Amino acid sequence: MKVQLRNPRREVEVTGPINVATLLQRLEINRESVLVIRGDTLVPSDTMLDDDDVVEIRPVISGGAA
Amino acid sequence: MKCRVCREPAIIDIRRHNANFCTEHFLRLCRDQVERSIKDFGMLTRDEKALVAVSGGKDSLAVWDLLLDLGYQADGLYLGLGIGDYSDESGRLAQAYADRRGAHLVRVDLPGEYGYDIPAGSRAAKRAPCSACGLSKRHLFDQAAIDGGYDVVVTGHNLDDEAAVLFGNVLHWQTDYLGRQLPVLPARHGFPRKVKPLVRLGEREMAAYCVVKGIDYIVEECPMAAGNKHLGYKSALNDIEASSPGAKHSFYFGFLERASAMFRPEAEAEQDDLLHPCPTCGAPTGAVTPDGEPTTCAFCRLVVRAGGHHPPPRDASDVPVHLDTDRRRAAVQEASP
Repeated sequence: MKVQLRNPRREVEVTGPINVATLLQRLEINRESVLVIRGDTLVPSDTMLDDDDVVEIRPVISGGAA
Repeated sequence: MKCRVCREPAIIDIRRHNANFCTEHFLRLCRDQVERSIKDFGMLTRDEKALVAVSGGKDSLAVWDLLLDLGYQADGLYLGLGIGDYSDESGRLAQAYADRRGAHLVRVDLPGEYGYDIPAGSRAAKRAPCSACGLSKRHLFDQAAIDGGYDVVVTGHNLDDEAAVLFGNVLHWQTDYLGRQLPVLPARHGFPRKVKPLVRLGEREMAAYCVVKGIDYIVEECPMAAGNKHLGYKSALNDIEASSPGAKHSFYFGFLERASAMFRPEAEAEQDDLLHPCPTCGAPTGAVTPDGEPTTCAFCRLVVRAGGHHPPPRDASDVPVHLDTDRRRAAVQEASP
């Protein structure tokens, strides 16, 4: 499957099937700091992802230190 | 995963609640948490006029959307900070949201009206970019709220923001800041009331809220904020949260319930004793010269150092602004000891 990442923007290929939680572990991404979006839809951590999916891993941390 | 409420397929799991939610019940959760914060902390009423500080990011657009959905009178305020493409895109998204909702967005352009931008301002004042940005935003939000006759300024600070600020303040024992770190700062001495209705909702929930509601927000991080301490504190807290769900909530709300009051007398005494109206803009300030004489506020000093200026009167419609500025100066003077 195609996995789109940000900061910096890049795309990696990951072999499915794999669930969301395992995908994040494999990419060493803290699940508290991202959303996983398949197509236009949020998917929770037990969702199985297949080879033909396109998945965005979107960071949610933002903010300056005023 | 199934929704905790209706057993339909879930779209999000929230580990600190040990629960999963479908779209409908996730949105209900967000609305309920905002209503609870507003009620518990006495933030605002539906009779009051609120000004929402809107950056084009997820949190500010989400809080504006939630307040409108809940029936509050909420206008937006967008500050153009002059941070290149980032500001252009965030301003476009803020305006697009306002247009879609038929909501009113007040716009202030820092380079156009004050003659400097955040990159130049931070270099000239030898401040970190986030410091120059925060100083400019706080001043201009307050000014716009007073000038526009708003009862309250609303910001999109969420649970992660507040926990990270608390973490930094505790690490450095900033006791004066700890005394002021509250979900509501009452109006006083020429400052408008400021409220944070998202304190019961996490950063991940706010991003999810925007995705579910189809709110287009700026996903990229501000280029000036990269590597700052605040983001580092958030990352550290998320590492703790991953192994101990609910840690951020316990940390922040435990502080409010058990420790915050201990620091308030110090913070209030400092605020009350030192304020005077800025000779240039009339805003309340505690700034003094090395000799202890009252002097211009930090914002006006930043404007001068950055080679900027205060906006000149544009036309007759500007008269109320000056009346309000004078009234603000008078309010500060009256309240000062």
